[in-house]
Amino acid sequence: MNDKILNFSIRYGFLILLFGLIVYFSIAAPGFFGPLSAAFVLQSVAITGILALGVTCTLVVGGFDLSIGAVATSALMLSAYSMVILEHPAIVAVTLCLGMGALVGFINGLLIVKFRVPDLLATLGMMFLLIGLQRIPTQGNSIATGMTLTDGTVAEGTFSAAFLWLGRHRFDVVIDRLLPMPVVIFVAIAVLIWLFLGFTRHGRLMYAIGSNARAASLVGTPVNRYKVVAYMISGVTASIGGILLAARLGRGDIASGNNLLLDSVAAALIGFAVLGAARPNAFGTAMGALFVGILLQGMTMMNAPYYTQDFVKGAVLVGALVFTFYLSSRRTGTRH
Amino acid sequence: MAGDALKVNGLQKSFGKNHVLRGIDLTLSPGSVTVLMGANGAGKSTLVKVICGHHRGDGGTMTLAGTAFEPEDAADAIRKGVVTVHQSIDDGVIPDLDVANNLMLDRLVERGHGLFVRERHLRAEAAKVAAAMGIDVNLRARVSDLAVADRQMIAIARAMARAPQVLILDEPTSSLSATEADRLFALIDRLRAQGVAILYISHRMSDIRRIADCIVVMRDGAVSGVFETKPLDYEAAVTAMLGHRMTEVDVAVQNGSTPVLELHDLQLFDGAAPISLTAHDGDVVALVGLLGSGKSRLAEILFGIAPSHGGEIRINGQHYAPRSVEDAVAQGVFMSPKDRATNAVIPAFDIADNMTLPFLRGLSIGSFLKPRQQRNTAQGMVDQLGIVCQSVGDGINTLSGGNQQKVMIARWLLEPARVLLLDEPFQGVDIGARRDIGRHIRATAQGRATLVFLAEIDEALEIADRIVVMNEGAIVGEHANRNVDLAALVSDISGARPTAAGPAP
Repeated sequence: MNDKILNFSIRYGFLILLFGLIVYFSIAAPGFFGPLSAAFVLQSVAITGILALGVTCTLVVGGFDLSIGAVATSALMLSAYSMVILEHPAIVAVTLCLGMGALVGFINGLLIVKFRVPDLLATLGMMFLLIGLQRIPTQGNSIATGMTLTDGTVAEGTFSAAFLWLGRHRFDVVIDRLLPMPVVIFVAIAVLIWLFLGFTRHGRLMYAIGSNARAASLVGTPVNRYKVVAYMISGVTASIGGILLAARLGRGDIASGNNLLLDSVAAALIGFAVLGAARPNAFGTAMGALFVGILLQGMTMMNAPYYTQDFVKGAVLVGALVFTFYLSSRRTGTRH
Repeated sequence: MAGDALKVNGLQKSFGKNHVLRGIDLTLSPGSVTVLMGANGAGKSTLVKVICGHHRGDGGTMTLAGTAFEPEDAADAIRKGVVTVHQSIDDGVIPDLDVANNLMLDRLVERGHGLFVRERHLRAEAAKVAAAMGIDVNLRARVSDLAVADRQMIAIARAMARAPQVLILDEPTSSLSATEADRLFALIDRLRAQGVAILYISHRMSDIRRIADCIVVMRDGAVSGVFETKPLDYEAAVTAMLGHRMTEVDVAVQNGSTPVLELHDLQLFDGAAPISLTAHDGDVVALVGLLGSGKSRLAEILFGIAPSHGGEIRINGQHYAPRSVEDAVAQGVFMSPKDRATNAVIPAFDIADNMTLPFLRGLSIGSFLKPRQQRNTAQGMVDQLGIVCQSVGDGINTLSGGNQQKVMIARWLLEPARVLLLDEPFQGVDIGARRDIGRHIRATAQGRATLVFLAEIDEALEIADRIVVMNEGAIVGEHANRNVDLAALVSDISGARPTAAGPAP
């Protein structure tokens, strides 16, 4: 009987907690329960959620990607530079950013599988490199239309309407102009990655690599290729996050995106606890991002001061990790 | 004898229900090398771990130079004068420090050492130790940049810096070349002359011939033979180690006619004797040999993990040179590797996912898996091999060792192989599962050539049509599995016959 309760709580505990949280805030904070508030929560988690889904892929192959935050801000700066200074159209800017994300992921993968640099160190190095690199073309300044360039000319380009549409368009659902475009993209990517990791043989082989890479290679899995692909997925999703951030802000602000890395890694790790998976998974990651978003929105509406936010996120993360690793180890402990 | 260095009397040790040591008696004398032999799982490592203080014995006594010896832990055993150099060399050295620091490391941890390192003093002391041991390397070189043999020497020198009465060397030559091993033996000779009692654990007959003063053989947790009168009877030692209880399994020996796998003058490593071998359609060939005989190397070459050093492999008459494991599998050469926990099991997966892992492509539409077909395929194999489980959705680690191994073998029976390689398929497998696996391998043998790599004669007699014996990278004998002359087989394995004789007709 005790075992049953334990198993049930491992499996559904987190989702029940999420549901309880929604009920609690709905009662305690007037205005929390409603389409506008829901759209706001989703909007707030969309970009970190997209990054978190990418890092989930690297966690699946037993790796880690610390460079996602820097890739996202690089994409933000690159898209601004491309449109404002080089006066490219939106499609070129987006293509450049996606290509940059894929390239960074490829280099990360190469550093890890070819040059044998440990994943944390390789992506940490890449993070540093990108944070520096994105500031060089503009001497460390933010990019906005009308800024003066080093050669004395004035940047004439603007963020095109098509580009801004990506970040600011709202679809009419239930009420007019409710659902923001980034949320739609977040959900689409979540579904894609969920299908890829959970239901394709490639996903299955990636989980095999994460669990025992040597055994996976001895059944003929091209382990290195899959690892590189995982980092490329992570790079591309991070650049999508950066594009959406740029499209929302409408300028190349060097200071934005500071919290992206920590928030998205937290979401992916909280995701371990969802449905008792005890391993990285796309559904869990999306739920983890949502959980943090709902908690922060509810607390804000109950007038909790903004500076308590990071503390709360950290507490949730630690709680989820204990939940995952301690309870799961007890479960496997009782089986033997 | 009053002069015994270490005396072990009736030592017992169990892990749960598993009796690993059943009353071991062992005597080590100063100035002599005692070789400890035993197959995998015979209990050698456990014995060493009890002596060096890792485990506590459950019964029996140990005395060191006449006084009771009951080490509290590894550090206590070392303080009392029993020092062990473990098999994995890098446990004995700090790779990122230079040679001098490694040699002096134990001084640095002494309480009286003081806060600051006196660099010049340390180097002078290290030079003295190195000279005393006959080690000739640059003391400023980083240990990680040294050859394996030099690292091994330094690990031993570190051990010797504590002036032990008893030195235990656990398979010290397992990663050394012949010339490197010679240097190690010279060092051992020197230590023997200094009056150290040495316990030397090894499978390699050439090592044992070179240095043994006496041989103690273990089998199934007990001492199965002690050889101390010169000349030492090496063949009897190997027999005591492997045992040859006649098997109850009757093998209906087949002789295939169509050659499937042909090795022509294949060289396993640089300088190894070329080997030639033909396996026919339906053949089950057992390759037996001690650790280091080259059989694992052969398996690796055939499976595309390691390159060969000359010669040719043909499959169905066509040249075969796999570039990778992926390539080997694509060409119909499958291998179930040894040490399943490290090399085969995906601990996070259930039975069905573990079993179908190599052939997911055939179980999916495009990239998407067909879970029902995957489960049905796995269920079919579970029924055929008699894998005991609740369902194919059970986690792999809920299974017993034997059933896990069945899953790992079943993995490679899902699709027809041209050549099936099984490296130590009976490792950590109970007798029931072993019989099931053997029967199934023989029953499905038609249509492929099967090579089974084994260390135990019993297992080979149970499964094979032919037994091919390897020693030092060469084929030294071949026996059809019909009224096998066990004495000849054992002497082949121990390398008693000159390797130049080549395969028997």
